[in-house]
Amino acid sequence: MGTGYNKTHNILVLADHLSHTKTIQFNEDMLMKKSILFVCVILLALILITPASICKAAEPYKIGAVFSVTGRTSFLGEPERNSAKMFEEQINAAGGINGHPIELIVYDTEGDATKAKNRIERLIRKDKVIAIIGPSLSGTTMAVIPVIEKAEIPFVSCAASIKIVQPVKKWVFKTPQTDTQAVEAIYLHMKKHGLTRTALLTANTGFGSSGRVQLKKLAPKMGINIVADEVFGPKDTSMTAQLTKIRGTDAQVIIGWTVGPTQVIMIKNWKQLGMDKKFRFYESHGFGSKRNIELAGGAAEGVYAPLGRVVVADILPADHPQRNFVLKYKNDYEKKFKAEVSTFGGHAWDAMAMVTMALKAVGPDKAKIRDYLENIKGFAGTGGVFNMSPQDHCGLDSGAFEMIVVKDGKWALTD
Amino acid sequence: MENYGLINQLAQYLITGITVGSIYAIVGIGFNIIYNATEIINFAQGEFVMLGGLVMVTLVHTVHLPMPLAFLITIAIVTLVGLLMERLAIFPLKETSVMRLVIMTIALSILIKGLAMFVWGKNSFALKPFSGDTPLSLLGASIVPQTLWIIGITVLLVVLLSLFFGRTIIGKAMSACADNLEAASLVGINAQRMVMLSFMLSAGLGAVAGMIITPMALMEYDRGAMLALKGFGACILGGLGNFYGAVVAGILLGLIESYGAGLISSGYKDALALGALLLVLFIKPSGLLGSAEASKLKKF
Repeated sequence: MGTGYNKTHNILVLADHLSHTKTIQFNEDMLMKKSILFVCVILLALILITPASICKAAEPYKIGAVFSVTGRTSFLGEPERNSAKMFEEQINAAGGINGHPIELIVYDTEGDATKAKNRIERLIRKDKVIAIIGPSLSGTTMAVIPVIEKAEIPFVSCAASIKIVQPVKKWVFKTPQTDTQAVEAIYLHMKKHGLTRTALLTANTGFGSSGRVQLKKLAPKMGINIVADEVFGPKDTSMTAQLTKIRGTDAQVIIGWTVGPTQVIMIKNWKQLGMDKKFRFYESHGFGSKRNIELAGGAAEGVYAPLGRVVVADILPADHPQRNFVLKYKNDYEKKFKAEVSTFGGHAWDAMAMVTMALKAVGPDKAKIRDYLENIKGFAGTGGVFNMSPQDHCGLDSGAFEMIVVKDGKWALTD
Repeated sequence: MENYGLINQLAQYLITGITVGSIYAIVGIGFNIIYNATEIINFAQGEFVMLGGLVMVTLVHTVHLPMPLAFLITIAIVTLVGLLMERLAIFPLKETSVMRLVIMTIALSILIKGLAMFVWGKNSFALKPFSGDTPLSLLGASIVPQTLWIIGITVLLVVLLSLFFGRTIIGKAMSACADNLEAASLVGINAQRMVMLSFMLSAGLGAVAGMIITPMALMEYDRGAMLALKGFGACILGGLGNFYGAVVAGILLGLIESYGAGLISSGYKDALALGALLLVLFIKPSGLLGSAEASKLKKF
């Protein structure tokens, strides 16, 4: 900055001096032209000087990110990109990591596995990033894992599937809770209330089918009896037939597993059929948007759902370990993007937090960053309290979910 | 244990099947009207339904118009979209093959869907039911008032359309074009005008379908394609171009889905419905109520 200031200052003094010199016989026009010329020189000098002064700061740490920012799964990628960018902005505004700013390079996968692979290779070869976060989908993550393992670069996925970290891969970590943990949370809650017989109502989509597999796999282990197993399409307009079938069984609970409009339609049908008095309804962890309560128009009353703490940050007890971290993220996000916060963006936020924690502790050394990530303990992120280990590269358990019930049109904590 | 026997279940499946089927029927009729006038399958038919739902949501919940007024304005707006679509995209291509026009409608459906995404975003929207949400009970089956609206409006539309095609000059002229375009032109019917009208009419019908299901099933920008697929199924099953065929087949498809889900397996309900469709086409390629003679005269 010092030299920049001096240069500008000298030019200014010179300009001032020339324009006020009475001894030299310039006419008015000439003087005018000269002044304009000098103003131009000054502006040019300023333009040239500014970037130079920034370059004086320490070399930035480059972090790569790939998300499905556009395409069918942009509801995941967009908040993730926004969150990661916001994290970059905040950390740089606070002076970076040990004096180094971070530079986040984000590419769009459009939810496509081939594109994800190409972008990751570009990040590694061309951009030479130190670590990579994303992609948004389990499918794209699985597709890029071989590239990551070969390049030996720390990688924190923002996708949900348990397959990403089981079996453990040396360089691969992930931040989102898995559907297994959500299922466990529901089953534990049911047993606590003495409910053991459940009916399943799942969408025949990737999300729904994966949930259905986990629900069926964990049921015998946890002493839950599945008495009906109904399926519907993601664009179906009514789940009345499936619910009617469930109504004829001795189920105590209905577990619905879907995202999108069907998660509202099914509870509307449940209420319309008058089944709400007899069957308790659990939605999946995908239910966490206030919009769903509005859309259901009263039908969401009494519905339970295991939700990530991001969406319920404001009702967490004051001494909850995640409360401050989550609440800050939520408030910042909602203020900056004028959109309701989602758990998805939180996954990218957590990934950024972990990678930058590692950078701060061990510097830009890939192997050391990996070792650091593997040993993160007690980090209270948006997704839960992470306890990583060489056996567990996700580090969350069913406690990552808060069991919520809809009460008076709002989320409420429940025991 | 609540006393909920098989009879109650069967009644509930019946109601559900008829409700869902009514929507397929209206979409199917929309396909038929355009097919009859132009011999093209309008793949943007589902987009009319989506637009109907979303425009209605905006008029009722954002502009706060009373329901009946919003209903009429929505029909007008979507009909206008149908008109523009025909004037700007279909009419200029008039000297071209039917297949090109069909592909044009696919392009238009993508365009309309994209525009709707820009206007309304990707979220689903709810619409308040036309008359309350307190279910009635019949034979142990719960019937939401909206179900009655859906069935009632479908019946009303069928009656009005049969009167229109059977009793009015314009309706008869449209039917004449459907039978034989050249002959109709020779007796002084303005065939181009009829094509334009057919697009307007089926856009308006789509809008009605969208408005009556949104209170039950929500609506979002990309719902159109799936509804169009089921409506198209109804239209083929009933016999392409056959007006009553679409109604019968639409309700039949709804019932197969509903009973299939309830009595056999919800995982296979779509497969059962499409299986029935294939079966009918094997046995009677012209569809349930279609005439084999008439279908020979058509291009496809």
